[in-house]
Amino acid sequence: MTEEPTESTGGDELRLEGVTKRFGDFVAVDDLTLTVPAGSFFALLGPSGCGKTTTLRMVAGLEQPTTGRVLLGGADITTAKPYRRPVNTVFQSYALFPHLTTYENVAFGLRRQGRDRGSIEHAVREMLDLVELGGFAQRKPAQLSGGQQQRVALARALINRPQVLLLDEPLGALDLKLRRQMQLELKRIQTGVGVTFVHVTHDQEEAMTMADTIAVMNAGLVEQLGSAEELYESPRTTFVANFLGQSNLLAGEVTGRSGEDLVVEVQGTKLAVRAARAQATEGQVWLGVRPEKVHLAPAGEQADGNRLGGGRVVDVSFVGVSTQYLVTMPWGQSVSVFEQNSGARAPLTVGQEVDLHWAPEHAFVLDHQQDASAGVESLDQERVG
Amino acid sequence: MSAVAHVRSSEPGKTPPEQESTGRGRRLTVLLLLLPGTIWLLAFFVTPLVQLVATSMYDPDGTIETGYQVVVSAQNYATGLEQYSEPFLRAFLYAGSATVLCLLLGYPLAYAIAFKAGRWKNLLLILVVAPFFTSFLVRTLAWKLILADNGTVVSTFQTLGLVSDDGRLLATGIAVVAGITYNFLPFMVLPLYASLEKIDHRLIEAAGDLYSSAAAGFRRVTLPLSMPGVVAGTLLTFIPAAGDFINAELLGDTNQTMIGNVIQGSFEAGDYPTAAAMSVTLMIVIVVMVAVYIRRSGTEELL
Repeated sequence: MTEEPTESTGGDELRLEGVTKRFGDFVAVDDLTLTVPAGSFFALLGPSGCGKTTTLRMVAGLEQPTTGRVLLGGADITTAKPYRRPVNTVFQSYALFPHLTTYENVAFGLRRQGRDRGSIEHAVREMLDLVELGGFAQRKPAQLSGGQQQRVALARALINRPQVLLLDEPLGALDLKLRRQMQLELKRIQTGVGVTFVHVTHDQEEAMTMADTIAVMNAGLVEQLGSAEELYESPRTTFVANFLGQSNLLAGEVTGRSGEDLVVEVQGTKLAVRAARAQATEGQVWLGVRPEKVHLAPAGEQADGNRLGGGRVVDVSFVGVSTQYLVTMPWGQSVSVFEQNSGARAPLTVGQEVDLHWAPEHAFVLDHQQDASAGVESLDQERVG
Repeated sequence: MSAVAHVRSSEPGKTPPEQESTGRGRRLTVLLLLLPGTIWLLAFFVTPLVQLVATSMYDPDGTIETGYQVVVSAQNYATGLEQYSEPFLRAFLYAGSATVLCLLLGYPLAYAIAFKAGRWKNLLLILVVAPFFTSFLVRTLAWKLILADNGTVVSTFQTLGLVSDDGRLLATGIAVVAGITYNFLPFMVLPLYASLEKIDHRLIEAAGDLYSSAAAGFRRVTLPLSMPGVVAGTLLTFIPAAGDFINAELLGDTNQTMIGNVIQGSFEAGDYPTAAAMSVTLMIVIVVMVAVYIRRSGTEELL
């Protein structure tokens, strides 16, 4: 174990420096550098196999990085044994000890640290109350429901007051309703105890609901890092644009500038985009716009902003608060559009000719080199691990 | 077939007759499946057991030539225990020692096969079972050669000063315990392996994450979770070892007589009542010990 305190970088922040992990020929994590500020709720979001769990396991000490360093509060913990790290994990499958009661599971870490009986008793009672399992102390894990097991796993980790709590898809095994409830619960607990949470998930909604900062990972790399809003409103890669929510990506070419806007020509139509929201400013680009930012109007109707004409409604799905339209453009591309059911206008019908409208500040421009379908959830890669 | 019946029965309207016939059919299937085992147990376990208990209470003065009088008397038990208390105690001492040795040898072996062997796992398991391909008797006779007075083991031990110059291994308690340990080791290793192999590796990771060193994690997580294997292994070793007579017969002499030898000897001498009484006593003692052991080890629910 090397404990060489480097220059203080402030607080107990977690820092990964150039971390790479290879399994044989497979590069799970590729030269990752990341700083997680102390006390924040940080999410690693990505599809299965993107390296997010491997990253977490390297912080926990369950995997050794091939190269690079892991620093916690300035101390190098790269090679420290798991049991020497002030870090605890909530495992994906919970990994509760089946032979021990809820009470003993939660007390496990404190007992190993040699705390005296009285203080353990007090701390366990307090923690079980926090996760609302006070009445279940003597139950074995097999006698608890999935949600209760999840809370025991959380209590078992949190009771040790780690500097960083690692959560490996902790809500993956719960049904939707319970998951929503636990998301709020986790956020409440995190705010209450002020511990740094690093949360691994493939569920974009979960990450956006809970995390202060999200790192979107793909193929061992961080694609983009920022708040949920930043990532959603200004994706910098096609992967982020497609993985967080949906995006319509239109192939176009930058033809010039007009004030603070960039002019992009898409299939002969000139469209304006704020230059500040462009990742590429010349040549071939992807012009992106979120479905809910697009407004539909019957063909020829006058409106402000960008207009892209010639669409035809091919599908209408009414989903309560909104209606989702699929519009086919003359060049064959399908554009998806969400409209609020505010009652302002009668719903459009299949076969109707429509124009697409959106404001210049609502579009974004991405590099054309990237795959337009990167990060689109397909059935075979969905919801695994 | 039953799945189809299930789907049908959930359809409203057309259920009762079909469901009834399927239910009756299922009951019949269960009975038919139980039949061979039940017949087997009645013919080869219950009947001999009743016969054995009856024989143990025969008139002790009878012989094969004169016949036995059927009396209900505990006399055979009293005289048997008085006469053979020493082989009785020795049987439990030897079987107990061998069981402990098997556990000490078998646990690390089973642990290594379950967690560390990787692609050699199956080969190692085959090697554990391989001795069964040869007869128990032949293997025990081989031990007689290995431990022979002029064999290399004895001479090496003599050189090392572990055995005195005119000392021997054969015909000692050590030889008998070694033989039993060798013969029953697979019965210890296999259940241990089975229960270790089932342990979710993430539990051991979780223990490490919760401040347990490798040793503490083993003591608090791996060992308790492997207790069903420990209990099963010790029972499978101890029970047959306590009644064994081959090892004491071949590797020991009259000073190493176990209760198994007494039973076998009485049987050969035609003293059926004593043989039966000793067998029943052995059986009762083992049942009681096993019951207490399982209760004590707290693994009823894990078994």
